[in-house]
Amino acid sequence: MSGPGPVASGVRLDVSNLEVCLGRTGADVVGDVSFAVRAGEVLGLVGESGSGKTTVVLALLGHSRRGLRISAGQVHVDGVDLLRLPPAELRAFRGARVAYVPQDPSAALNPALRVGTQLKEAMRVHPGAVDDPEGRILEVLREVHLEASPDLLRRYPHQLSGGQQQRVGLAMAFACRPSLIVLDEPTTGLDVSTQRHVLDTIRSLCRAYGVAAVYVSHDLAVVGGLVSEVAVMYSGRIIEIGPTARVFGDPLHPYTRGLLGAVPSPLMAARLTGIDGQPPRPGRRPAGCSFAPRCGFATDECRSDQPAPVPVDSRAVRCVRVTQIRASAGRVSAALSPRAASDAEVPVLSVRGVSAGYARKAVLSGIDLDVPAESCVAVVGESGSGKTTLARCIVGLHGNWTGDITFEGAPLAAAARDRPRQVLRRVQYVFQNPYTSLNPRKTVGQIVAQPLEQYLRLGYRERSERAARALADVSLGADFLSRYPDQLSGGERQRVAIARALVVEPDLLICDEVTSALDVSVQAVIVELLRARQAERRIAMIFITHNLALMRSIAQSVVVLRAGAVVESGPVEQVLEHPADPYTIRLMEDVPKLAFPGTR
Amino acid sequence: MAATAPPTRTGAVPAGRAGRHPWLSVLWTAARTPRGTAGLVMAALVVLVALVGPAFAPHSPNALLTLTFAKPSAQFPLGGDELGRDVLSRVLVGGRLLLLMAVAATAIGIVLGAAAGISAAYLRGAPDGIIMRSVDVILSFPQLVFALLLLSLLGPKSWLIVVAVGVSHAPAVARVIRSATLDVAERDYVKVAELQGMRPAKVMAREILPNLISPLMVEAGLRLTYSIVIMAGLAFLGFGQPPPTANWGTMINENRVGLPLNPWAVIAPAILIALLTIGTNTFTDAVARVAIGVDRRPEEAALVDELGPEQA
Repeated sequence: MSGPGPVASGVRLDVSNLEVCLGRTGADVVGDVSFAVRAGEVLGLVGESGSGKTTVVLALLGHSRRGLRISAGQVHVDGVDLLRLPPAELRAFRGARVAYVPQDPSAALNPALRVGTQLKEAMRVHPGAVDDPEGRILEVLREVHLEASPDLLRRYPHQLSGGQQQRVGLAMAFACRPSLIVLDEPTTGLDVSTQRHVLDTIRSLCRAYGVAAVYVSHDLAVVGGLVSEVAVMYSGRIIEIGPTARVFGDPLHPYTRGLLGAVPSPLMAARLTGIDGQPPRPGRRPAGCSFAPRCGFATDECRSDQPAPVPVDSRAVRCVRVTQIRASAGRVSAALSPRAASDAEVPVLSVRGVSAGYARKAVLSGIDLDVPAESCVAVVGESGSGKTTLARCIVGLHGNWTGDITFEGAPLAAAARDRPRQVLRRVQYVFQNPYTSLNPRKTVGQIVAQPLEQYLRLGYRERSERAARALADVSLGADFLSRYPDQLSGGERQRVAIARALVVEPDLLICDEVTSALDVSVQAVIVELLRARQAERRIAMIFITHNLALMRSIAQSVVVLRAGAVVESGPVEQVLEHPADPYTIRLMEDVPKLAFPGTR
Repeated sequence: MAATAPPTRTGAVPAGRAGRHPWLSVLWTAARTPRGTAGLVMAALVVLVALVGPAFAPHSPNALLTLTFAKPSAQFPLGGDELGRDVLSRVLVGGRLLLLMAVAATAIGIVLGAAAGISAAYLRGAPDGIIMRSVDVILSFPQLVFALLLLSLLGPKSWLIVVAVGVSHAPAVARVIRSATLDVAERDYVKVAELQGMRPAKVMAREILPNLISPLMVEAGLRLTYSIVIMAGLAFLGFGQPPPTANWGTMINENRVGLPLNPWAVIAPAILIALLTIGTNTFTDAVARVAIGVDRRPEEAALVDELGPEQA
């Protein structure tokens, strides 16, 4: 599909055969990307890290990151192919006709300039785009539901909340009334409630202005609630594209199916099925279908030829076996039989009236929490609710707290350095971000063996054996022992961090947002791994998360934190299905849900 | 979790030991990158001249053999210097001691500075205050004045020049390393080590130091250059080896008046010092890049869409 730009039918963005290459080797990073978006519609572009979604949307602005080159294809916006524009015209096009909303508003807004100055800037570089800049600023602020007051315009970005910052970003993008707006994960860092309001704003603005929008996200549930059409990317190709309800309700490509199976649901406890393996890197993709090595349906044909898009049921699917797969039985999600929280006599860990703070700012006040033996307690709350501080008090990283924490009947010292070595060993902590919790100068073998040396003073041979066994427990082979963390994917890193905690056979494992830095298919694998190890070794666990849906698959009881205080606690089913506290009720309502026929 | 362990490629590699010492393997890998090879060749050339040179000197370096600032001739390929001595011979002889002293002074400066900087940043509190305020006091003297102070108290001895120059490097190194450590000390893997009950000294040596290889290497390259410059300056002021002794630094100072007559008397030692400086800095840069993995996966670094939300 090439030829002149879109003619009629309100198509504002028409991308055809877009290809972006590595400048050095010429291997394509994304290729054969074609789609169209009509006025007032939002296309969702979903995919996991490295799938090429950001590369594609940057190409929609005629931009490529360092080391990459847009090598083929057309991007027509209102009939103009912006890849053919000379640099000066392209600059005039960007911002005025094509706008971009970046992922992290706190990093995208200039911290040294007032909000009003930054908004005016957008219009100053495009004189003539707007008749009355001053009036337009006030108008656009009202449209993104910000208070259009001089006070707001005088503020600096750090004086706004995350949600307000992202609204300012939206206001800048909409200020010049563009034809196309590209949104790159604009709600990723926001709380669920804020996220929902920002999504509502985006949807209504696109409709009101007849703007075509491309919304990039790794969060399927967010996309599902926002967009009318969705494109799923894998390894630089769009592997399935069609109406959202069809793609999510009845996924056809094996990858789409896997991805949907990995999304946790707050409505039922299910065993999450991730997708094992990793997507191939550009330049190292197999001859045939890129997904074939991870696909349960792959045949020899899949491994030899690149599949072309097959039109099925109002969408295009890049899979040669799509009709056979569709005929086979639908995906069965394995429901988990609810495991009752054991009401054993003595809880492993008991927290009573714990308050903590930084300097003069109180973060926790009067927290009570019990972790029964062999069970998993989830601690949920939005960012800033104090859940990480609570975990740090328990493990002893945050020594400045008052109250009582008893571990197996004995009180714990406030700071880790005052605790006996064996107590330290029995309470293990897995950090949120596997990109900073592994020492980049140590091999995986050294990292996993280190606690054995520190806590148990084991000899070299025994350390090596136990480290290899611990890696096998998290499904990593012995060849990982000699690798460095930067040679591992995020999921592999987090497995190494889990192996390091499990290798010393702890009695209590504290997992602090351990999947928040990971892709959804990897998150499912990690949660399932934790669930299996916890059940098998009968260890007690505290699972900290902001994701209400995720804890359903792993925890037996839950504690909901808000602003440093417990607002509700009880068995998971009861709290999620019949929340009593208004805050929990609102959280449950605002959680984006994938609710299409066929999905759970 | 149906995934089974991938097939073992390298067999069970012993945990806690990576075959060769990791620092040596970093140096070895760095030497094989184009950048590292270029730097190493340049530096090695100068070191070779300095070490083997004296054996090949055609004349005595201190004998007055030709005219003052004589032009290069067949007998004296680089001409004569301010007193009519053979420039080539003086260049070949004049590097050995200078190089050894500069390297030793640099090593002292880096070790002292790194120890002070890491301790200050990791221990915080009182140690930080004491160390960094002493650093400020020493820094308030210009480096050359500080070295002169020590030398005029104890007399110009070679070992003292090395110690004086080394110690005068330490405060500047400490400040750079302290700020680099402040960042590293907040990483989660340092907290993991603390939760494992690791002693502070061990945390600094095993968790923090290896992550400072990049700033340390940059500092080492820079300080080596400074060492040579300061020692040349000290020699010029009379605090070096006594006058007739050939020394690249001294030669540049001695012969600069004759620059229009025989530029080689200045250019030859200057080229060697420059080559050494550029070579060591290029090589240390390569080492730093290998250590932090920049050259490990060049093309893929640009491709990761996102590394996941950074920790708030």
